[in-house]
Amino acid sequence: MNGVHDMGGMDGFGRVEVEQNEPAFHHEWEGRVMAMVRAMGANGGMNIDAQRFSRESLPPAVYLASSYYKKWFLALEQSMIDRDMIASDEIAAGHSLRQSPPLKRGTFSMDDVKRVMVRGSFGREPQAAAAFAIGDQVRTKNINPVTHTRLPRYARGHTGVIERINGCHVFPDSNAQGKGDNPQWLYTVVFSGRDLWGADTDPSLKVSIEAFEPYLERA
Amino acid sequence: MTHDHDHDHDHHHDHDHSELTETQLRVRALETVLTEKGYVEPAALDAIVEAYETKIGPRNGARVVAKAWTDPAFKKALLEDATKAIGTLGHVSRVGDHLIAVENTPKQHNMIVCTLCSCYPWEMLGLPPIWYKAAPYRSRAVKDPRGVLADFGVTLPKDTDIRVWDSTAETRFLVLPMRPAGTEGWSEEQLAEIVTRDSMIGTGVPKAPEEKTK
Repeated sequence: MNGVHDMGGMDGFGRVEVEQNEPAFHHEWEGRVMAMVRAMGANGGMNIDAQRFSRESLPPAVYLASSYYKKWFLALEQSMIDRDMIASDEIAAGHSLRQSPPLKRGTFSMDDVKRVMVRGSFGREPQAAAAFAIGDQVRTKNINPVTHTRLPRYARGHTGVIERINGCHVFPDSNAQGKGDNPQWLYTVVFSGRDLWGADTDPSLKVSIEAFEPYLERA
Repeated sequence: MTHDHDHDHDHHHDHDHSELTETQLRVRALETVLTEKGYVEPAALDAIVEAYETKIGPRNGARVVAKAWTDPAFKKALLEDATKAIGTLGHVSRVGDHLIAVENTPKQHNMIVCTLCSCYPWEMLGLPPIWYKAAPYRSRAVKDPRGVLADFGVTLPKDTDIRVWDSTAETRFLVLPMRPAGTEGWSEEQLAEIVTRDSMIGTGVPKAPEEKTK
């Protein structure tokens, strides 16, 4: 979706502010939110792509005005309501008011913690041979799906070069919609900065994206 | 919880106190609901929070960089397949798949961003800092990286090319910074102390040898 989360190349956000000796969490609730999101991802069938889409789907003004973990919280709460796992009257009451279906993988307990502390593998068996080879010229498609995609707007409709082939991976555009892994080849595609941003750009700049095969066509 | 609540109230990221309280209450309500439904055990959530606060941080990455600076065979293996190479180091916790190490040279400086969200090699570097997840960095890194580097007080030589890697999939990137001059003969442990988090994101450089004790 063409949301405000897709920030590459936008202007007006100001300088980068670095906080020295930044703690892992600034408030106790931030850690609780992060842990609940990990737990529901691991045992509740809320995959990473669906989680990202739920954050992208927050109203633009809310997305821009909310802190990072506030966005995580709002998106977690909303997607659990959407899946009928919880209801808003329960949040308001601060208690469970009715039975809900059990999680796919049961209660998230101490035995599950180790599993979420190592990132899972997204590599999958290929469905076909890779269409592109290293060094091939490709053009990113001009696509504007209203659903989740990982092709950023600034990199659509541009010509680049395949630099790496990173294996065959879960396709976020499918996975976010609950349509399964639909594995696709993943490439590092490199563009010249001038191609992306015009003649005023630093001539030494190169930018790469990680592009799934369905985003690409031969140039 | 072992958390110190005092810092909640004097931090510049705070909005007004009432909003903070409201969020705190809502988060607590959600955790209670999930616990009562048998979805989560609070102790398991505690364990995740504690791991991020105490066990996972940039020293994992710093050890990998220091090893690469001192062991050419390891460096070669790291640049070929970082996940596999790091798997051979007993003292660094296991990393997930698809980690890619990119080498800074006098010819090319590498910088990592996630313009769409906050993808970050957290097993190597810990949780990303706020600036990495915020709009100023995500918007400008791909368009004006030298301007972004200036915000960090970093100026690259004019003849160093700049390469920005946008983490738009589940591949993750670790920058292998250049080893500073004046560190000849240093042990891996000494070297690891000058490898900063930002130098592994590409928004900084390692500390100068004389800064080691800072």
